[in-house]
Amino acid sequence: MPIEYIADEYDVVVVGAGHAGCEAALAAARMGHKTLIVTVDMSNIAFMPCNPSIGGPAKGHLVREIDALGGEMARNIDKTQIQVRMLNTTKGPAVHSLRAQADKYEYQQEMTKTLQTQENLAVKQMIVDRLVVEDGIVKGVVGQTGATYLAKAVILATGTYLKGRVIIGEYSEECGPNGQRSAKLLSGNMKELGLKVVRFKTGTPARVDKRTIDFSKMSRQDGEENLFFSFLTEHSNEKKIQPCWLTYTNQRTHEIIRSNLDRSPLFSGFIEGTGPRYCPSIEDKIVRFSDKSQHQLFIEPEGLNTQEMYVQGFSSSLPEEVQLQMIRTIPGLEKVEMMRPAYAIEYDCIDPLQLKPSLETKVIENLFTAGQINGTSGYEEAAAQGLMAGINTCLKLEGKEPLILKRYEGYIGVLIDDLVTKGTNEPYRMLTSRAEYRLLLRQDNADLRLTEKGRAVGLVDDVRYASFCARKEAIEKEIERLSHTTVSCNLQSIQDILAERESAPLKHGLPAAELLKRPQITYDDLIAVGIGDGELPANVREQVEVQIKYEGYIKLQMEQVARMEKIENRRLSEALDYSLIKGLRNEAKQKLNKIKPASVGQASRISGVSPADISVLLVYLEQQRRQEGAKA
Amino acid sequence: MLQQDTIAALVTAVGESSVGIIRISGPEAVNIAGKLYKGKSNLHTAESHTIHYGYVYDEANDKKIDEALFLLMLGPRSFTGEDIVEVQCHGGMVVLKQTLQLILSLGARMAEQGEYSKRAFLNGRLDLAQAESIMDIVQAKTERGVDLALSQLQGTVSGMVKTLRADLLEMIAFIQADIDYPDDDIERLTAEQFINRASLIRENITSVLQNAQKGKLIRDGLRVVIAGKPNVGKSSLLNALLGQERAIVTDIPGTTRDVIEEYINLNGIPLKIVDTAGIRETDNLVEQIGVDRARQFVQNADLVLYVLDAAQGMTEEDISMLKELDGQTVLYLLNKSDLGIKESLFDTIIKKVGKESVLQISARERTGLEQLERKITDLFFSGTLEISNQIMVTNIRHIQVLEESLVHVKHFLDGLRSGLSVDFLVIDLQNAWEKLGKITGETIEDDLLDQIFSKFCLGK
Repeated sequence: MPIEYIADEYDVVVVGAGHAGCEAALAAARMGHKTLIVTVDMSNIAFMPCNPSIGGPAKGHLVREIDALGGEMARNIDKTQIQVRMLNTTKGPAVHSLRAQADKYEYQQEMTKTLQTQENLAVKQMIVDRLVVEDGIVKGVVGQTGATYLAKAVILATGTYLKGRVIIGEYSEECGPNGQRSAKLLSGNMKELGLKVVRFKTGTPARVDKRTIDFSKMSRQDGEENLFFSFLTEHSNEKKIQPCWLTYTNQRTHEIIRSNLDRSPLFSGFIEGTGPRYCPSIEDKIVRFSDKSQHQLFIEPEGLNTQEMYVQGFSSSLPEEVQLQMIRTIPGLEKVEMMRPAYAIEYDCIDPLQLKPSLETKVIENLFTAGQINGTSGYEEAAAQGLMAGINTCLKLEGKEPLILKRYEGYIGVLIDDLVTKGTNEPYRMLTSRAEYRLLLRQDNADLRLTEKGRAVGLVDDVRYASFCARKEAIEKEIERLSHTTVSCNLQSIQDILAERESAPLKHGLPAAELLKRPQITYDDLIAVGIGDGELPANVREQVEVQIKYEGYIKLQMEQVARMEKIENRRLSEALDYSLIKGLRNEAKQKLNKIKPASVGQASRISGVSPADISVLLVYLEQQRRQEGAKA
Repeated sequence: MLQQDTIAALVTAVGESSVGIIRISGPEAVNIAGKLYKGKSNLHTAESHTIHYGYVYDEANDKKIDEALFLLMLGPRSFTGEDIVEVQCHGGMVVLKQTLQLILSLGARMAEQGEYSKRAFLNGRLDLAQAESIMDIVQAKTERGVDLALSQLQGTVSGMVKTLRADLLEMIAFIQADIDYPDDDIERLTAEQFINRASLIRENITSVLQNAQKGKLIRDGLRVVIAGKPNVGKSSLLNALLGQERAIVTDIPGTTRDVIEEYINLNGIPLKIVDTAGIRETDNLVEQIGVDRARQFVQNADLVLYVLDAAQGMTEEDISMLKELDGQTVLYLLNKSDLGIKESLFDTIIKKVGKESVLQISARERTGLEQLERKITDLFFSGTLEISNQIMVTNIRHIQVLEESLVHVKHFLDGLRSGLSVDFLVIDLQNAWEKLGKITGETIEDDLLDQIFSKFCLGK
């Protein structure tokens, strides 16, 4: 046993340097706290162990929100993307979603550079074995080599490394993703400290050698230009843009899988962890959707300086030999060489119901958790939590109220509220369907929603803030102008456009804003007829158009928010003992006592708490209020 | 507030039965009943779900009010989930009123309408649809009304609403899966398929609403339609029935100028009596409309009172009308029988429809009316007057929710046709789905993701 020694002292120690850890550490350091981030492998910071892409529906929204609050992910992917697309462009502005292919290696290098040059931030390689906790308050971490780092607060962002176990068919190994060293002791220590630990599972598909692929049998998918995640990025990196490729499985693939199902650890029970439904292995898909004759596969580049290609849609835990047979039935992959096999990975994480909405654990003060340890999946979900954990750790140390984003303020609010209120029994992925106020939570207005909050906590610097204020002002001014600019019915150019689009001709003058509300008319049309301002930045024009065009719908959702806000802002004391409230059903009493919701709004979203229970709770609160009023 | 105090009320209909029941519910129920009760038992120590014979005793005035049974049902195994004592007295108004006043003077509060159900609901003993059905039971004045409310309790409404919601949810899942997995190779519905599915939902809601209207009428009363040629004494009959000084339940003006509706309570059976325009062949367009409407009412009636002029006899029109009435429950009333009956008529009609269905009356002289009323009562209790066994919604709020859902489905269809993008369209589907959830009290659900992931093959 190594002899433990006190190595140093920090305000904040972040355990893990994946997407959650990086955001947490950068936020803490940027908010002025002396911070240490530790990682099992210094050369694996911000590693992307699965798909080589960032964004997509809801996930892209998260990245924009991280950016608006002053996080790093958006800027990092803008620097390192090798293809970008806006998805869902025909389905409504709120679900427009940006997704970029990353050069994985560049992504890691850039993030490593950012961490290692960040003021107030130390970066060290070490595996944490246990936490130092005194009187229910965390005091530091102890590493494998005996080094003890004292800290006022600790953020755990351990990803899939807690007792990680990789499984490929009959083979398994205790390790983190991609054969990395895992943390074998920390989760046991967490259990001893009173945290409930559960076991989840996820997986990743095979990587294949680009030189052995026949792309002529696949269809090519290209990206677009000049699209960025960060509100600050103005110019594209000068990378070579890479295409993705589409191909399909077939009956022969499925036959091979079916005849080898007995060798799958998923079906033999060799894997105990709960896997995500939205990310099933190919064998899972074939069993559950047996009527489908083919499944699509995307072949995606892992970077510019590698021959590795990621086979999206082909996640598997079948033996390597079977994987190779399967993959060579795919058109274009007949002669493919597998560079890394697909694998499943099991890991320890905690039940997120043990967290406060600030991401602090309820049982250990000043201990925060973020990312996959909280039962989520995905780089973006991890980064969002990391950022919030970083912010709230600092606010706690500064004696301030935590920053809790509401469900109508951001996808981040939805994500964290879901986790700490409903918990999750599978790795949680963000989806637009989870957001009830989706029309308000657009990726185009993330800065308008959140920059002020980032500014208030000190993460939005002057450059970003100035740019935000300018954009905001330009948007407001232009909306105002269009509301007061009348389009004359004598303007032939607009009548021509209306006629061409089969929209009713103008019979009298109309404010430009009203005209823009017509589904057939765009801001570009207004520019064409000399009313719109072509000089305005594209993201201002877009915002003006969206806000005017969908004003009615947006207003309706804002009314819903206003109704919800009353119970949302009704705070509940942590000291409240629900078992004493007469009239609550027993199930509700238990759930409420377990979760200790921060507000009546949160209470209303707990499964097992019925609307009737909420009525009872409101009645009880009202009673208390009256009694206290009577006393006073 | 709600959960703290004890409430009491008369739970049987006023003046309609020989036994009156007063229910006391709340934490003080047993204490209050204990002060009221004079008998051999000790209500404080007695077991739940037991019956105790004794007297209602007014201690302050040292006076026995009535002989009574005390039913003890302790929470949570009671209707409201709270302690309940029911006091069964004799039905007289004076006695019941005294007993209730005594209970109130001992610390109970008069229950508001539906408050027992509300407490039962708040205590998790009922879902919303059940609670509302109970309210209907409270309000329903007939055994048949109770039957209907009961079938609703057993979930027919819930079942129907669930089907509609499942259909809506599937459409929502199609849209959401498409939004959250734009690159995945999943089944997608075309605009036309969406239109077809939404149209079907729209039709189903509409038909449920139509039945709902019917359900409401049954709670209001059996639909009795007076029909016959002009001037045979239909209106006199209506007036005669109303003039029996039975309780007139309500007085709703006719829905059209040619149809008059009145409500009466006949031996506890609520009847909605409709007096129609006389039915005859006519060239007058306005009159023809009245006649057509009368025919419609006759077709939808639970019971038809077909009035003939005893002195006039049957005409061609009567004979053809008799054919139209085939298959319906009809009583043939030979009115003006005080003026003498045409022999041939009596024979003809009995030959045609049987003796059982023919009655002689005089609306003007008010003779034969008792026999008529007895006949109607018999028909009702023998079950001859059938109520069609369709899903019916008896509650106004259900109807309202259904109507609102219908509006959302229509908006969805309009939006779809005008090319609105799916992100907006789905809001109307979600609203319809959530509104329908209010009928069973479920609105917060995670069904959608289950639906998406079980239906579509998604992911990397």
